[in-house]
Amino acid sequence: MLKRLFLLPALAAALVTACTSPDTAVRLPILGERDVRPRADGGPADTVFARVPAFRLTNQAGEVITNQTFAGKAYIADFFFATCPGICPKMQGELLKVYAKYGKDPRLAFLSHTIDPAHDSIPVLRDYADRLGMGAARNWHFATTGAKGEPAAKDSVFLLARAYYTAAEPDKQAPGGFAHNGTFALVDDQGHIRGLYDSLNPKEVERLMAELPILLAEMDTRKPAVARQ
Amino acid sequence: MRLKFRFLLSCSVLAVSLPACFSSNKNQGERLYTQHCSSCHGDQGQGLARLIPPLAGADYLALHRAELPCLLRNGQNEPIVVNGIRYHNVMPGEKGMSPAQLTNLLNYIENNWGNKSKPRTIREVEEQLAACK
Ligand code: HEC
Repeated sequence: MLKRLFLLPALAAALVTACTSPDTAVRLPILGERDVRPRADGGPADTVFARVPAFRLTNQAGEVITNQTFAGKAYIADFFFATCPGICPKMQGELLKVYAKYGKDPRLAFLSHTIDPAHDSIPVLRDYADRLGMGAARNWHFATTGAKGEPAAKDSVFLLARAYYTAAEPDKQAPGGFAHNGTFALVDDQGHIRGLYDSLNPKEVERLMAELPILLAEMDTRKPAVARQ
Repeated sequence: MRLKFRFLLSCSVLAVSLPACFSSNKNQGERLYTQHCSSCHGDQGQGLARLIPPLAGADYLALHRAELPCLLRNGQNEPIVVNGIRYHNVMPGEKGMSPAQLTNLLNYIENNWGNKSKPRTIREVEEQLAACK
């Protein structure tokens, strides 16, 4: 099972490298399915790229977090749980490195979803953020689908994980009771996933560090010239 | 027991020199650390912020030397203080590790990343394990 989970980011990575030969690496690919829609006026068909679905979460400060929270920003998403004895410490440690380098950039945010909403209440998430040294951070959200004890919270976070190409599911055999992989998903200012990185592989984290500025530069070209002055 | 036997076996069957046996034993500590500990305590024993205490340069190792075999075997979830910082989290126990494995593992973490300490013997570790609460 786990092996299969680990294949996902590898596959995605293969896709990415296939799309970005060194000389065309100026633009990151848009991952996911695309839809070609003929236009009613007979003009060239529109290509519609997959986006992260609508979500509504609550962060460690009790604030509601939706897609709108990240409008105009890139963000890095991952999935963890506070008591995770397996890969989470390593994964969050790697994201901490990315934060140390890019955390001050106003164009970027961080979103860690708990896959154990039954245990990870808002106070637990706040304590976790605090202990990770992120107590004062406003741009790294530790968020839950189940702030009010919603019975479907678990299902909704697993669905969301799938949308970010992260495999997460309950598994009695796995340490801590959940099997998941440590994928970082890089999402652009329009909700498209632009990169997937296996956080357990240092080379992949390096790739994220290298690709992030490429995306930020692309986003700058979308800003109106006035805003850029 | 089985491990000791295997250890002897590997030494005699391979008919390699003694130093090779010692070094493979030293590697066992490192191997165990990589497999069972590094995901939490880090490749360099650095720990993770205030979630997971470091092993590199941790005052806890010397201050609680005699208790460490039991800590590794039974895990730890009472709040503890390492280098003046209070941690309160869960470390799972390693019930399946033999005294020999625990000895090699402890010798590894106590003499790596700048740590220095008197080597432990299996005998010593066995006695400490017998006194686990
Ligand atoms: C799931 C994560 C995890 C794993 C795996 C883990 N530890 Fe720990 N370890 C911790 C935490 C958390 C604490 C502090 C416990 C507390 O807060 O009560 C700790 C405490 C310790 C301590 C005492 C404090 C210190 O830093 O000196 C030692 C020694 C230690 N661990 C060694 C090990 C060794 C050796 C292994 C491998 C067999 C290991 N740990 C595996 C999380 C882990």
